[in-house]
Amino acid sequence: MKILLVDDSKTMRNIQRSILTQLGHSELEEACDGQDAMDKLGDFEPDLILLDWNMPNMDGLAFVKEFRKGNASTPVIMVTTESERSRVVEAIKAGVNNYVVKPFTPDVLSQRISETVGNAAA
Amino acid sequence: MLQLEVGVDAPMIKANSTTSFDVTGIIGMSGDVVGSVVLSLPGSTAQGVVERFTGSDVSVESDDFADAIGELVNMIAGGAKAMFADRSVSISCPSVVLGQNHRIASPKHVPCVVIPCRTDCGELAIEVMIDDCKSSPQTSNAAASAQA
Repeated sequence: MKILLVDDSKTMRNIQRSILTQLGHSELEEACDGQDAMDKLGDFEPDLILLDWNMPNMDGLAFVKEFRKGNASTPVIMVTTESERSRVVEAIKAGVNNYVVKPFTPDVLSQRISETVGNAAA
Repeated sequence: MLQLEVGVDAPMIKANSTTSFDVTGIIGMSGDVVGSVVLSLPGSTAQGVVERFTGSDVSVESDDFADAIGELVNMIAGGAKAMFADRSVSISCPSVVLGQNHRIASPKHVPCVVIPCRTDCGELAIEVMIDDCKSSPQTSNAAASAQA
């Protein structure tokens, strides 16, 4: 499974990469903001996107709104510190499939990925 | 994620705006609540915390060190923001300042609340300087003056 990690923090991308590698995922690409992610979609064609919310240039919410104009099926998991219920609802309405609040454990990330990919395949 | 026990001591009001320690991560808040949340650590504590967070020994001079401090304060401020049940608040991307005796500028009427903390990596402090714009007459007056 090809997974695109979108986060302006290299530390967070490294942590996510480490967890995903331990889970057996090896086809990983990184983007440092929403615009960078848009630029990489054509070549990488991810099966799953892990997306931060607060980023410079294009934030996660703007990215998913733009992304959903041309892609309704690729699952997106928002991975963010934005934990208010209103924010979660806003993200889901914009087209996010699942939600992980930072800080998270490897088990939580793994569980959300399984849920999301399972739902997308159903 | 960090697996770090944190002991919290009694909060106090700080008279000056010089940060408690020499490594500082800052998140701005805007909307119904305006101000900043600061994570302030001595260099030695910061190195220990970053090592636990990233799983590797990261030099203070490295960009990765500032990135990790920024992400930590992002998670602290994000958690705090979620507790404003009836306020609409946005947080900024983090900034990190390294160096002794730096000062965080804030309006004079906004007190700086320092929350001292103890960890296995050493002491640190959370400094909160926020103004509730929905209920603060000083902020309302200032906003009215600015518009005039």
